[in-house]
Amino acid sequence: MNETLNLLIGLAMGLNLLALGSSRLPSLIQAMSFQGMLLGLMPLIMEHEHLDWRLGLIALATIAGKGVVIPTLLRRAMRAANIDREIEPFIGFVPSLLLGAAGTIAAVALSQALPLLPEHAGLLLVPGAIASVLTGFVLLIGRAEAISQVCGYLILENGIYLFGLLLIRSTPLVVESGILLDVTVGVFVIGIIVDRIQRAFDSLDTRKLTALRE
Amino acid sequence: MMLMLDLILRLVLWLLLAPLLPGVINRVKAWVAGRRGPPVLQLYYDLARLWQKGVVMSTLASPGFVAGPAVAWVALTGAALLMPLGPAGAAFSFRGDVLMLIYLLALARFCTAWAAMETGSAFEGMGAAREVSYAVLAEAAIITAVLSLSVQTGSVSLVSMLAPSAGAGAVLLAAGLFTVLLAENCRVPFDDPNTHLELTMIHEVMVLDHSGPPLAVILHGASMKLLLFAVLLVQAVLPMGDMSPLAATGALAGGVLAVMIGVGLIESLLARLAFRRVPLLLTTAFLLCLFALLVAWKGNRV
Repeated sequence: MNETLNLLIGLAMGLNLLALGSSRLPSLIQAMSFQGMLLGLMPLIMEHEHLDWRLGLIALATIAGKGVVIPTLLRRAMRAANIDREIEPFIGFVPSLLLGAAGTIAAVALSQALPLLPEHAGLLLVPGAIASVLTGFVLLIGRAEAISQVCGYLILENGIYLFGLLLIRSTPLVVESGILLDVTVGVFVIGIIVDRIQRAFDSLDTRKLTALRE
Repeated sequence: MMLMLDLILRLVLWLLLAPLLPGVINRVKAWVAGRRGPPVLQLYYDLARLWQKGVVMSTLASPGFVAGPAVAWVALTGAALLMPLGPAGAAFSFRGDVLMLIYLLALARFCTAWAAMETGSAFEGMGAAREVSYAVLAEAAIITAVLSLSVQTGSVSLVSMLAPSAGAGAVLLAAGLFTVLLAENCRVPFDDPNTHLELTMIHEVMVLDHSGPPLAVILHGASMKLLLFAVLLVQAVLPMGDMSPLAATGALAGGVLAVMIGVGLIESLLARLAFRRVPLLLTTAFLLCLFALLVAWKGNRV
């Protein structure tokens, strides 16, 4: 069980790097949605001994929400804004990739030093969570395109979700579904904002949002 | 006596089999495109034809123009003799021969670039500059890959490093080494071996002014380098040491064939990358090898 879970988390960490290195928005969205689907599978693997219908429902909702609904909303916003390429980012693709890799290695090293519960010590959950949060930060800070920043925010949220999996036995399922709903609504709102920015500025470059005007 | 026989047999194997690989790649490409394509043995005919031709020398060129390809070819042959062949082991094996392998490959590259600049053509100088600037990144990746194999097995000689499988990081290592193979041998998506457009050539630029036997030697050396990298990739990933000799030989041959088919498929399905995107892909290859190193290191400690 631990092997399968570590493999999935390793894949999710690889997708982080893919998201950092891709210059086209569709591949960034695809990496993010695939990561969401992997994350949705994880509770099923962790609790495969005592599955019940509520857990299955949460997993299904996560996979559908993060893997299908949110990417569809983002793709629609992207098509409406008529862009599929990242404009020149603040932090270039190679430096952000190297930053992400360094962050991943640092996360693995850091989690060795943390006093984890014995049943979590052999898992990659904590390094995966820290690496995803760092990736999300790099995307949020380093990209100039609004949709890439949204993807960064979602990857950051994926990292927090991974961290939450440590507490899967004690978190009420209402909390999980609440977070999922929040994220979906958030992306929905961002989709509208992206549309507004596009109309007002004819571009999704967030650098244009820094100047105040009457 | 047996040693000599073994050495000669090995040399004949490497020298005769290497030109087959580009033929296999071209056959796969032709098959995907629905063409009939050149015969698999085309490179042998080309080499024979080139060998009978005369050499055209620039009046500027020093003897280095001919010596460069020759030294490069000898370096690649030496590297081939260091590379173990499944159950047969290597012709020469000593502690640290893996460093020797890397340096021989670097020497071959240096000599090709040197010979390219002998003609004094600015165009060839540009090709040489491109080749070595990509090589910097590709070499970082291959050194990391070798380091991860070395950490995995706790050894620095190729025979014992390549015998077991690369363990949990095998997939990462395979992907990284395959990318390095494409970059080092100037295949798509790094370079197009068929192109003759000035702006897109890397390797082909360097050999433009060579003719006759030196060109044949360069072409043969390039095919040997391709075989060398394919053998390295297959042996790094598959657990050669655990198989019976027959199975290992079959696995090696099948693996090399599979790698060539993979190269052919990639060449038919992908376009070559824009120049400024190449460092990104090579950095990815480096990171893949780096993570393989991390997995090997962590796996050993647990």
